[in-house]
Amino acid sequence: MDVMPRWVDVVLVPLLSLIIAFVISALVILAIGEDPIAAVNLMVTGALGSTYGWGYTLYYATNFIFTGLAVAIAFHARMFNIGGEGQAAIGGLGVAVVCLAFPWPHWALALPAAMLGGAIFGAAWAALPAYLQAKRGSHIVITTIMFNFIAAAVLNYVLVNILRPAGQMDPASERFPEGTNLPTMHEILAPIGIEFSRSAPLNITFFIAVIACVLVWILIWRTRLGFALRAYGHSEPAAVYAGISPTRIIMVAMLISGALAGLMAINNVMGEAERLVLNSVEGAGFIGIAVALMGRSHPFGVFLAAILFGFLYQGGAELALWTSIPRELIVVIQALVILFTGALDNMVRMPIERFFLAMHRARKAREAGSAE
Amino acid sequence: MDFLTLIQVLDSSVRLATPLLLACLAGLFSERAGIFDIGLEGKMLAAAFFSAAIAYMTGSVWVGLLAGIGSSIVLSLLHGAASITFRGNQLISGVAINFLAAGLTVLIAQSWFNQGGRTPSLMGGGRFEGIELPFALGPKDAEATGRSLSELIAEAGPISQLYSELISGHSILVYIALLCVPATWYILFRTRFGLRLRAVGENPAAVDTAGISVIGLRYAAVMICGVLCGIAGAYLSTALQAGFVKDMAAGRGFIALAALIFAKWRPWHALYACLLFGLLQALALRSDVVEGLVRVEVPVQVLDSLPYVLTVVILAGFVGKAIPPRAGGEPYVKER
Repeated sequence: MDVMPRWVDVVLVPLLSLIIAFVISALVILAIGEDPIAAVNLMVTGALGSTYGWGYTLYYATNFIFTGLAVAIAFHARMFNIGGEGQAAIGGLGVAVVCLAFPWPHWALALPAAMLGGAIFGAAWAALPAYLQAKRGSHIVITTIMFNFIAAAVLNYVLVNILRPAGQMDPASERFPEGTNLPTMHEILAPIGIEFSRSAPLNITFFIAVIACVLVWILIWRTRLGFALRAYGHSEPAAVYAGISPTRIIMVAMLISGALAGLMAINNVMGEAERLVLNSVEGAGFIGIAVALMGRSHPFGVFLAAILFGFLYQGGAELALWTSIPRELIVVIQALVILFTGALDNMVRMPIERFFLAMHRARKAREAGSAE
Repeated sequence: MDFLTLIQVLDSSVRLATPLLLACLAGLFSERAGIFDIGLEGKMLAAAFFSAAIAYMTGSVWVGLLAGIGSSIVLSLLHGAASITFRGNQLISGVAINFLAAGLTVLIAQSWFNQGGRTPSLMGGGRFEGIELPFALGPKDAEATGRSLSELIAEAGPISQLYSELISGHSILVYIALLCVPATWYILFRTRFGLRLRAVGENPAAVDTAGISVIGLRYAAVMICGVLCGIAGAYLSTALQAGFVKDMAAGRGFIALAALIFAKWRPWHALYACLLFGLLQALALRSDVVEGLVRVEVPVQVLDSLPYVLTVVILAGFVGKAIPPRAGGEPYVKER
């Protein structure tokens, strides 16, 4: 049955889907009376033409790596975690609680603690939907959607009524103490003589995100747990027959997923804003879905897709700044990527499959012909 | 709390429940046929934009309504293509449609009207006005006596208050939404089409064996879903408010989905669930009333999140189990 070479499945199909998504996006830009080529030029120079642009591109990419990995790991266990947005928001709360609880002397001490805070809060927010899925059969998609809204309400309440300093109008926590400020890329690269933009928010979290990619890869393909996870994702009855407990897999996969989404907060809350604000996640949880789909749930694919979306995000901001194309263009591109790499995957795949099947048959016929 | 306040809260509950009810019934048709639809939100949003935009351009709200329904059907067909024809993941398709609508509406609004992603305010024939039922106190009485309508209603007797404030004075879409409930019940449970539609959501192979097209039925269900979502969206921008603003569906598609689960995929229960959630939304706007009732300060966020919390509780099966249609979410593959 496997007539398609592996590279077609891994590279060609996603690439074609992506191209279709971009062509339609270009048509959309044309339709609103703008020039797509000029738009692409502007996006490339804005997002990749300077260390400032790169600083923002990779900063956004860092967010998307975490949320993309979160969605990807749940996908491996055949679960669709739409709750990344809420888990990252609650993770932000965890990071804020850790940062504000204690006058941290140095970021090297604060960072591990904040990571733990973000991961635990994020995982906790995923725990109840996971438990309800495992024990009561409640559909994880619906419960995680509901938990996104509940998270928004919780965060709103906590910020307005508890974390907001007296006398301040906007619903936000106070600034984190100096000792929790993470080193930016400018501070990291200056000692070795590389000049990096001072104002870009890219910080040390980027490296943590890269390490997270490696760790997730090891977890999925080099550990017993990862094997159980994938086995469950491929066939629940087979996994049960092999002695794998569905409850355990659902719980573990969702806890890791929630923890990864929560970890995102060390980038946007601790690294960039340095305080907790309303809607700090800004849709990164949802972009994680597009990133995981495009990256075929592989950590390396997620890494590449996250950088692509980081580019789109920063490029889109530049577009909104210099042209009359609103930022929402990125939402459209994101939707098209999800649509073509996720839902309409078969539309792209079927003709290619048919082509390779025909090639296969032709080769078989030729072999049969020469054998006679 | 006096009687009039109660009536006013119920009145705004009905107004707020209407889009939920239409979207909920839309989801009911789709999910009963085995097509999960988390794209209700996106379809409402698209319809809200196109009905407001076209109503503004033509000056006729009815043309706007048609345009809204049309845009919603286009997204429905996209969902149908992805989940029926190409057997893709219905949930992912729904997510994509939500984002597509969220992005495109602002993009097009900006390109057409240049007002930061909104449409100009609708006036006169561009809006659905309230319908004054016979004998109800309305703007005409206010004009005749030269006093304000709220004054007149405050002085009227309880029956007149109930009739004038709660029952009369809504836009026609509110009454259409309410009529959709018995209509949905009749179609689903008293017609051949309804029986087949429900069967295709439970056991499509059996329907196929009987020689009835699974694909045709599912497309029909998805189209009905599109029409109802279109009316819901048009209601948002041309009746509830006067014009489209960015993200104006504001999670209503998801509350409708919650109501659908709450109602366990049954039309009459959908009405009750939507009225309940509409009441919660109305109370969130009137926190003074809530505080007067329970005598403790209730954070507005609690009221905001109550529909979602209730849905999770229902899903958890502690208050009666919600069992979705059995073939829901599964693409149908004909046996070879």
